[in-house]
Amino acid sequence: MTFWSRKIPDMDDDQVFKALADPTRRHLLDRLFERDGRTLTELESELEMTRFGVMKHLRVLEDAGLVVTRRDGREKLHFLNPVPIRLIHDRWIDKYTEHRVAALADLKHELEESA
Amino acid sequence: MTTLTAQTTQIYSVFILATPEQIWDAITKSEFTQQYFYGARIDVHDGRRFCSIGDTEWDEEVLEADPPRRLVHGWVSAYDPDLAAEEQSRVSWEIEPQDGGITKLTVVHDQLEAAPKTAENVAGGWMYILSGLKTLLETGKPLAG
Repeated sequence: MTFWSRKIPDMDDDQVFKALADPTRRHLLDRLFERDGRTLTELESELEMTRFGVMKHLRVLEDAGLVVTRRDGREKLHFLNPVPIRLIHDRWIDKYTEHRVAALADLKHELEESA
Repeated sequence: MTTLTAQTTQIYSVFILATPEQIWDAITKSEFTQQYFYGARIDVHDGRRFCSIGDTEWDEEVLEADPPRRLVHGWVSAYDPDLAAEEQSRVSWEIEPQDGGITKLTVVHDQLEAAPKTAENVAGGWMYILSGLKTLLETGKPLAG
């Protein structure tokens, strides 16, 4: 229990950061943000890349949980799953921005004290 | 959330260190939902999903219940008068156990074609709810803030 609870969240974060560390993959996420539920063929048509290349990128995004696929008849549809980004936000961004805000509040307090 | 057009099928998925039974309880009992679902008290029983936020109470039809794997219910945004007039949409909770004590929870919110304002409204909300549910089940505490 403790092993997994410590290990899993960080592993998840690694995969998400790696998946996001590539312009093509970020572009694919932006396309899905505009309109979800797209096929590989649709996504491929907007990129100057082979079908195999796009498939590989989608696979990385899927492994990181950023893309979820569903079958609809013969088609495989790709959906953006923003939850892992939200988790990173809650885990990392909030933490540091809160500090910034607190630092500014302290500064304001100090300046007002000395005024 | 700024979307060009809010999606009529939205899918959200999260891995949680919890059993399917724990997740089932967390989505069907108000003692849990009020800690991560915008304070809403939600209880699923007798084929209905009873909800209350503040003074507003309403209930939704349960379309499918297969504990602890699958729950499908109608969705009415009764919490906001502007959205309440829109057509009912549908929410499916899929609970799939994985290796290592992890469970994958997927929420599919679809049939939103006749509920564009609801579609826009829930897009950011589901992320917050699932993040909060994960935190609650893994740490025993609600998400701070």
